[in-house]
Amino acid sequence: MEKTLKKVDIIFEIDDKQSPLSILEKTIKRSPDEIILDLIDSGLKGRGGAGFPTGLKWKFARNEDSETKYIICNADEGEPGTFKDREIIDRVPDKILTGMAICGYVVGAKEGFIYLRGEYNFLLKNLQKRVDDYNLGMKKLNFDFTIAIKSGSGAYVCGEESALFESMEGKRGEPRNKPPYPTVAGYNSKPTVINNVETLVYTSMICRMGPEQFKALGTSDSRGSKVFSVSGDTPISGIYELELGMPLNDFVNEFGDGDTKAVQVGGASGHCVPRKKFNDTIIGFEGIPTGGSMMIFNSSRSMYNVLHDYLEFFTEESCGQCTPCRVGCQQLLKGIEAVKRGERPPAYLDDLKKLTGTMKIAAKCGLGQSVGNPFNSIIDNFREEIIY
Amino acid sequence: MSTTEALVKELVEKNGKTRNSLMPVLQGIVQNERYLSEEALLSVARELDLSAADVYGTASFYTFLDTVPRGKNIIRVCKTITCHMKGKDEIVNSLCNALKIKVGETTHDNKFTLLTANCLGWCHKGPVMLINDEVYPDLTPQKALEIIEEYAKVAQ
Amino acid sequence: MSKYLVNLKINNMPISVEEGTTILEAAKMLNFKIPTLCNHPDLTVAGNCRVCVVEVKGARLLAASCATPVSEGMEVFTNSEKVRISRKHIVELLLSEHNADCTKCFKNGHCELQDLSSEYRIGDHVFLDMVKEESKIQDISSPSIIKDDSKCIRCQRCVRTCTELQGVSALAVVKKGDHQKISTFLNKPLHEVVCTNCGQCINRCPTGALTERNYIEEVWNAIYDPSKFVVVQTAPATRVALGEDLGIPVGQRVTGKMVAALKKLGINKVLDTDFTADLTIMEEGTELLTRLKRALVDKDETVVLPMMTSCSPGWIKFQEHMYPELLDNLSTCKSPQQMFGAVAKTYYADKINIKAQDMIVVSIMPCVAKKFECERPEMRDSGYQDVDYVLTTRELAMMIKQAGIDFDKLNDEHYDSILGESSGAAVIFGATGGVMEAALRTAYEIVTGREVPFTNLNIKPVRGMEGIKEASIKIKNVKPEWSFLEGVELNVAIAHGLANARQLMEKVKSGEAAYHFIEIMGCPGGCLGGGGQPIPTSPEIRKKRAEAIYSEDADMPIRKSHENPEVVEIYKDFLTEPLGHKSHDLLHTHYKPRKRY
Repeated sequence: MEKTLKKVDIIFEIDDKQSPLSILEKTIKRSPDEIILDLIDSGLKGRGGAGFPTGLKWKFARNEDSETKYIICNADEGEPGTFKDREIIDRVPDKILTGMAICGYVVGAKEGFIYLRGEYNFLLKNLQKRVDDYNLGMKKLNFDFTIAIKSGSGAYVCGEESALFESMEGKRGEPRNKPPYPTVAGYNSKPTVINNVETLVYTSMICRMGPEQFKALGTSDSRGSKVFSVSGDTPISGIYELELGMPLNDFVNEFGDGDTKAVQVGGASGHCVPRKKFNDTIIGFEGIPTGGSMMIFNSSRSMYNVLHDYLEFFTEESCGQCTPCRVGCQQLLKGIEAVKRGERPPAYLDDLKKLTGTMKIAAKCGLGQSVGNPFNSIIDNFREEIIY
Repeated sequence: MSTTEALVKELVEKNGKTRNSLMPVLQGIVQNERYLSEEALLSVARELDLSAADVYGTASFYTFLDTVPRGKNIIRVCKTITCHMKGKDEIVNSLCNALKIKVGETTHDNKFTLLTANCLGWCHKGPVMLINDEVYPDLTPQKALEIIEEYAKVAQ
Repeated sequence: MSKYLVNLKINNMPISVEEGTTILEAAKMLNFKIPTLCNHPDLTVAGNCRVCVVEVKGARLLAASCATPVSEGMEVFTNSEKVRISRKHIVELLLSEHNADCTKCFKNGHCELQDLSSEYRIGDHVFLDMVKEESKIQDISSPSIIKDDSKCIRCQRCVRTCTELQGVSALAVVKKGDHQKISTFLNKPLHEVVCTNCGQCINRCPTGALTERNYIEEVWNAIYDPSKFVVVQTAPATRVALGEDLGIPVGQRVTGKMVAALKKLGINKVLDTDFTADLTIMEEGTELLTRLKRALVDKDETVVLPMMTSCSPGWIKFQEHMYPELLDNLSTCKSPQQMFGAVAKTYYADKINIKAQDMIVVSIMPCVAKKFECERPEMRDSGYQDVDYVLTTRELAMMIKQAGIDFDKLNDEHYDSILGESSGAAVIFGATGGVMEAALRTAYEIVTGREVPFTNLNIKPVRGMEGIKEASIKIKNVKPEWSFLEGVELNVAIAHGLANARQLMEKVKSGEAAYHFIEIMGCPGGCLGGGGQPIPTSPEIRKKRAEAIYSEDADMPIRKSHENPEVVEIYKDFLTEPLGHKSHDLLHTHYKPRKRY
């Protein structure tokens, strides 16, 4: 099912007739199981990047037998090239809160937290006010759910859900062993649903408009739309909500500056697609999934610098606990430097590629597992730029 | 009781005497004192009944929870790829020249600390910097200097 | 609660195991060895080194077998191509950030990383050297422990040991990414922080990142120096563990061989800390009875109870840092090691006509905190440093090897006299509960004139590996001079491992429990699990050492401290009476509060 680029307006749409709180009011008149069925039917997958089916996640948490459960909004947006959550929090916070409250209703949780990255502290004041108002609104509805904000303090890895729980529990943000998964034992070891900001907004929107309208967008593997953060060599950088399933070529035609040589899809941990593959690359779960980051590079850019930047980022932001990630990132970074300086032969890049194979399957969390994505896609497509 | 001890007590009272309060307590100290002094860390350890090494180990994990002295205003220039592409080096250089410090250092009058940071989430409006919690996107070297001057005035 | 059985296959072999079993454990049952580094039987699961990864059919990722529970129908491969490649990579990565100067390393030949590297035949290093120059500066500030970050592989076993077993958390993981390391509060040197010098971290460090400060060369120099008279004392727990480092199975007693080996090394007199363990019982037992009398008869409100033992220097330093408000609860008795030093350089030196300044007292200890203890400024009551050098059990094994002694073939020899005689009560000082049992054997008999009412003097309730043990003994039909104790129920408690000690101290502080006497040993299992004992350690190993200790006790002709003839003699000749003037000068000490970081 070939799609073309299509702009959509669901996330940021302001509906004067229906406030987010009224969506909650309406939704909690339905049964939790019905809501879960709708979400599953809609095909909504997590918008943070990993793409786990949202309805299933809620169902798992609902099925857990526990007095205490938590809903957490992951607003630790830190993937280089991603800034859509900041925009969503700034412009439509009540829609997020509604998604959290509905989730609380569905899984049987009484408490929700927004984990806001420290870099977004300037949003705190306004967000706190909206949360206070919303809490009051829920009280008036006699709906037993409260939301609070927790702040991060500058650690990319805390976007990893179990690291985020550790951080909320006052510890170093080190990812946990899995299983158990969050829906079984998350924050405070209680069943927890943790969703990305954007995902939560979509859940509230699906509850408002029904699954059909959402499902009608996108492809069978990638239902609906998503918000993209467009940056780099583009005359129109910014936030765009687009239907999923478009070929990258369409995207480049719309956003590129006419000289695009590569697009990094999915942020630093995503894949680098060179010009020759724009046509064959679908943006979606069947092609290259993305948390929304689209970084465009034109022919003036050195892909060595791009990769070097990414690797420096991961080397610093690795939590450092597991061997493949802590040492692997350093080896990749110092490795390309050594090749560039001629201290190692070009073939050393192949040793490093093999190393990313180990990192991909043996690192403890998604951070270490995904460093190979940018590494291999840049080495494979721009090998000369790395060596010379 | 020193002002730091009083601050820690107040923060612990507000957030609760459990480990889960550690982050908000440390954040509150940094908000007030710009960094976590030895006295502050020890005071937190005592109040929350944690080991001092554990508190330090936790704090040192987080980039924004500094454990070395910082100036009144902390400048963090985003160094990640798109800001890099859009000229963060020029911003950093002009700030270094104006403040007469290198990245990682604090001015003699203790007004500014200059740091770089990983992606601040303003890739479409780079280069960008944070000063304390305020964000300044779409920078040029000239603009950055004007902003610093404003802070310098207030800090007097 | 019965657990479900889970069926799975490992390397195509079917097995059923209890729910909750890890893949690593299940593989072990089938005799498949999976290498591990961050895993340790005494510690919680970390799953961070990733050396133990295995392939699970159908899974995108390899699973850390130490951290992954089995599930129904699981098919595991412990040596597939993917597993082998990954495992080798991981070992190579660890080596790339490891100062692999193996031939000069104190742990050479005893290093888990070295073993793995050898197993996987890691040849020329594929990857770049990532050892940071600043990490090569060793922390040698502590008299007990040397910390070398350039050897550290970040498995965090030391951090978990310090936190989970010892409740100290002097060590923590700090910073992140490429700057992540194991450090202390604000990276201060070890001697400035709450480190108790227990050395449990050393016992669990897989590499040479944490080792004891060794004094082997100093001791050899003393032996070769004709102007020095070298006296050795051996702690109770050494005799049930030394063999482990010399090719003898765990749990075998080697007392006589150890004495023989020490004599072969050229030690002038081989004496026994057990003698001063008996002396400790006389002093400490009397101190307890005195405190009880002051509390019960004199109604003296300044008397501090419960009284707590003071043999374990790790425990003492712990208390000085963590519970300075409870320092008066500690018995003022020096540890047996320090009593020995003080007596050796006074009473004993006189007896054998050697000048104290010519005498070198060397201790063989299961402990690294003893190295710190002997350097405490309080421990110079002979006019000299009472104990000159402390060697761990491990260091002694190294010296025996260096001397080319075939340990297994040695004939048993006896300790020299005097200061070489001991009782079974002294031997059990090496196990948790042992000091308590020894004290009760003597105190009960002093008070009642009868032996403790337990079969063969074995006070079973105070034995065993439970973290905190409690017991009470009703004192009946006392001698007239102890009438105030008639009918008193003596409540005692015992903890080993400082995390358990902390729990007990909290109970004491809250007044929740009214004990009269508490025994604390800083290390898990007591001294037999000390930081200076042979590596590896595990609950099973410690259990076997404990059994050896209790069988040594059972075989001793004398089982009670007050019946040790040399103890009787020293009071007659020299000390006059327990807590007397001379005892006060030589055998007792005081403590000081320390900072808590």
